Amino acid sequence: MPELTTDVERLSLVIEIGGMPVRLNTTDPGFLDMLQNRYAGFLGESKPPEIEFDVDLTPPVFDQPAGEARVSHRMGRWSLQRGDFLAEWEPALRRGVIHQSANPYSIDAVLRIVHTLVLARQGGFLMHSASALRNGKAFLFAGVSGAGKTTISRLAPPDVTLLTDEISYVRKHDSGYVAYGTPFTGELAKLGENVSAPVAALFLLVQGPENRIDPVAPAEAARSMLANVLFFAKDEELVQATFHAAFEFVSRVPVSRLTFVPDTRVWELIG
Amino acid sequence: MSKLYVARNPRVAARGIGGEMMIMSGRDSTLFTLNKTATILWQAADGATPLDEIVQQRICPEFEVQPTEALRDAETLARELAGHGILQVSEEPIPTGNPASGEPQGEKR
Repeated sequence: MPELTTDVERLSLVIEIGGMPVRLNTTDPGFLDMLQNRYAGFLGESKPPEIEFDVDLTPPVFDQPAGEARVSHRMGRWSLQRGDFLAEWEPALRRGVIHQSANPYSIDAVLRIVHTLVLARQGGFLMHSASALRNGKAFLFAGVSGAGKTTISRLAPPDVTLLTDEISYVRKHDSGYVAYGTPFTGELAKLGENVSAPVAALFLLVQGPENRIDPVAPAEAARSMLANVLFFAKDEELVQATFHAAFEFVSRVPVSRLTFVPDTRVWELIG
Repeated sequence: MSKLYVARNPRVAARGIGGEMMIMSGRDSTLFTLNKTATILWQAADGATPLDEIVQQRICPEFEVQPTEALRDAETLARELAGHGILQVSEEPIPTGNPASGEPQGEKR
């Protein structure tokens, strides 16, 4: 009599961003290959995974990622939902499941949200900013779309290590804040290096007629931080945590306005 | 005319920095920067001190305005802040210390 069931091989890999390993399990070798390419440089198992997701691949519902992600918390379980994915995660069990089609955008969004939620409870955050490492120090460059995050990343001289041109990853440590490289890319479409360094400064980017660094008043620094920090969950506790994290950050890290012309000389002011 | 009491909504996040008071709504992450009058009102909104006393003791000396006019403006401001979920407004003293349950309350009657 023929077997009615067969064992399905479980494939997995660990993506470690910001020192937090997340294991993804799939049964699709092609999807695994895609993940290995997409997150090259961020794969590894230096320590046990803090979260494990089973990825359930479904037929595409939409042609492309649709709408804003809805993130909610109920009975100890997070629900992450967007037009192109549905994920659930129970922090107490350190496990979750992601329903999505075989594409890199959905998993990328889920990872950003999960990291944001984890960091918020630890005084850290993800932020719309480029970041780079020079002389053992990390520098963040924040600004609205078009302010120059990609430009300043592209202009970086060879002694600068790019952490990201789009989403910076900041953890709070006892001694201060540390920025980590991320695979979350912007227009540059180049993965950051998987390295980290203490944050030395946050620059608010403005393109202008000259290269100049000007001080920023504390209140403006805090407002700019809050405008650029990633918020996903409409969860009061997390909103409060992220709000206070932004104020803590600007009280400990110098924040300045960096006006720059788009050429390499701007980097003479940094580092 | 009945007394009006105001209390800070414990479900918002607030920080003063560089002489400005910033408040973020916990329900939708909206950021508010309070002006000087709103900051005084926020800081004095303990749920126990009537609004007319706050106006008389804190707002009038600061701005040199007539108490009647200042009270009318403060009431409008308090109800506006309550509409954003920043303050609670009531005709009774408002117990504080225990975060309110359910949706942020704009105005209590």
